[in-house]
Amino acid sequence: MTHALQASLEALKPFLLPLIYAVAIVAVLPLLAGYLVLMERKVMAHMQVRLGPVRVGPHGLLQPIADAFKLLLKEDITPENADRLVFWLAPMLSMTAAMLALAAVPFGPGFQIADLNIGLLFVVGISSMGIFGIVLGGWASNSHYSLIGALRSAAQLVSYETAAGMAVVGALLLAGTLSLRNIVEMQENTGVWFIIAAPVGFFIYLVASIAETNRAPFDMPEAESELVAGYMTEFSGFRWALYFLAEYTNMIVVASIATTLFLGGWLRPFPTTHWLNFLDWLPAALMLGLAGYCLYRTPKQPVAIQKLVMVLVAGMFAAFAAILLAPMVATHIAGATSMALMVASWKPALLGGFWFLLKVFLYIYLFMWLRFTFPRYRFDQLMRLGWQFLIPVSIVNVMGIALGLALHRQWGWPYGVALPTTTVITLLIAAALARTGEKKEKDEAVVGEFWGTGRDA
Amino acid sequence: MLDRIVFDLFAGLAILSAILVVTRRNVIHSAIFLITALLATAGIFLQLHAEFLFIVQIILYVGGIMVLFVFVIMLVNLDVALHQMQFRRQWWVGLLLAIALGAEATAAIYIGRLGLPGPETAPPASVLEPNTELVGHALFTGYMLPFEIASVLLLVAMIGAVVMAKRRT
Amino acid sequence: MIGTGHYLFLSLALFLIGVVGVVTRRNVIIILMSIELILNAVNINLVAFSRLVGSVEGHVFAIFIITDAAAEAAVGLGIIIAFFRNRETVLADEMDLLKW
Repeated sequence: MTHALQASLEALKPFLLPLIYAVAIVAVLPLLAGYLVLMERKVMAHMQVRLGPVRVGPHGLLQPIADAFKLLLKEDITPENADRLVFWLAPMLSMTAAMLALAAVPFGPGFQIADLNIGLLFVVGISSMGIFGIVLGGWASNSHYSLIGALRSAAQLVSYETAAGMAVVGALLLAGTLSLRNIVEMQENTGVWFIIAAPVGFFIYLVASIAETNRAPFDMPEAESELVAGYMTEFSGFRWALYFLAEYTNMIVVASIATTLFLGGWLRPFPTTHWLNFLDWLPAALMLGLAGYCLYRTPKQPVAIQKLVMVLVAGMFAAFAAILLAPMVATHIAGATSMALMVASWKPALLGGFWFLLKVFLYIYLFMWLRFTFPRYRFDQLMRLGWQFLIPVSIVNVMGIALGLALHRQWGWPYGVALPTTTVITLLIAAALARTGEKKEKDEAVVGEFWGTGRDA
Repeated sequence: MLDRIVFDLFAGLAILSAILVVTRRNVIHSAIFLITALLATAGIFLQLHAEFLFIVQIILYVGGIMVLFVFVIMLVNLDVALHQMQFRRQWWVGLLLAIALGAEATAAIYIGRLGLPGPETAPPASVLEPNTELVGHALFTGYMLPFEIASVLLLVAMIGAVVMAKRRT
Repeated sequence: MIGTGHYLFLSLALFLIGVVGVVTRRNVIIILMSIELILNAVNINLVAFSRLVGSVEGHVFAIFIITDAAAEAAVGLGIIIAFFRNRETVLADEMDLLKW
């Protein structure tokens, strides 16, 4: 009896760790997406010289929790003549596709739910399944605005998916493998992030990923002043929350892919240069700095409960700093005991996780910065940019990187000469393409978003 | 054991979804069930150690062809079609035909069952191992001509589809 | 153990359901979807034999079939859109312009 039990437990062991990671991600992700919404509202506010949410919790830090309560308790309205099966299914499809794509992404040296051999294609494929959530949601609402918004959004996603896929092929050529963990390890082996070797690919992926997640300046299908809210118009309460979380989770997925492919994943800047090892203290220093800042702002809070929450937040940052410091000082404090050695062996995992999250956070901040700086593209301009500029440039980018690699392998040019040369050639061809595109356009008027008030459910 | 469970799950899902595709009144429901049938087929590919084909099925079939289907269904959606007859008058002929074909194929499989490669004589799965590399190698060396013809075919299909669906202004 | 028979019967079942769909339904879009089911059944067959024989050629053939299915779906749906614009119908029974 116990032998059979033990045998089945042994059989289940390979599934145990991924299951724990999966549950952790599914549990943490809505919270993380909620705080990204808060970050967006605060960033938008400060860029527009106002304050944003400040009442709920100090500096609005408890706003996402209040929003979550409100959305959960809202009335669930289904439009008349709406297709009930599809209306129920569509937000779930969006959220599922967004969360599933995170299964292949490596957050740290051991933190990966599934190290697939085809990890990169898996993420691209699952992201393309997210289109169904949008299209079916728009159709199921049985409303004109929803359908047009959904079709526009889906057309935009399909157009920019091709460009994003080919930009990603650039990093794939440099790494020689489709497995995301191996791509980061290749960046560690060559000692340089792929953004330095393939900058054109990174910028194409940046633009394409902004369009993929329906963010401004490409958010025509779902902006407030157009088409009401596009495909999300008829969804309210929890269904809307699912769509919204799916959009922010998509942002996290896209940022994770860009980080893994171009920004070195979990590696710190210059991972193999030894005289820069002092950068290993940076994570803990950053967390301590944040804790200190929170304590500094505590006396300035108007209400006592906000002071308390601020102290708790400072405590949380201090705890993170302690966790990040532990592997670095464990052997110094406790000698060479097995416990200290085990804690010290967690150093790449903990620091790697921190660097990865920092890079994802900075990429998403770049998204938000771009949203509040540029006016919105009109839909036909958006499609023209995707099909007539980005796709040709991404094809030329793939050929350029392949040419650079061939120059290195066949004719022995060093990497430092071959790849910049082909980057320059790619940029020249891209400039020529942009010129011919501009001559065809007669009107350049774009619609601007002047009164960005953020999203209210 | 796990193999068996996975196969039964995906095969059952595929057949159930396929039956639902063919019998639904609402065309969008048929499309959704076709998506699940294609995903189940992709699962079968994964169980057969065909990982590149699994992901190609998801990217191309589910992410490409089915999106096209859903777009077109939305463009030609007619409410009046929902209340008409869904099946032809002689649907029983089709069913009989399918049963006859099934019986014939089953007989053929049964008669020839000894000559088929079985799981005992199969080489280990590691023969298919760096799957993407092997498929890529085969596509670019042995099967280069069909590859190029396929790209020309796709070009022709793209031009044809655009010309067919353009509005004659 | 999952042998050839399992995959063959799965493939046969999907093929027959696809055939029933093509022969029985009136809506042209569902006929096209049933054709996709038939092509998938063939793919399962090819990949199963490729695994049991140990070569990758079945996978290559299956990739070509998927490519062809994409091309055929695109052109077929283009034709349906063009026809729908003229005759306002997607039922195969009513597409009888060439009959006497």
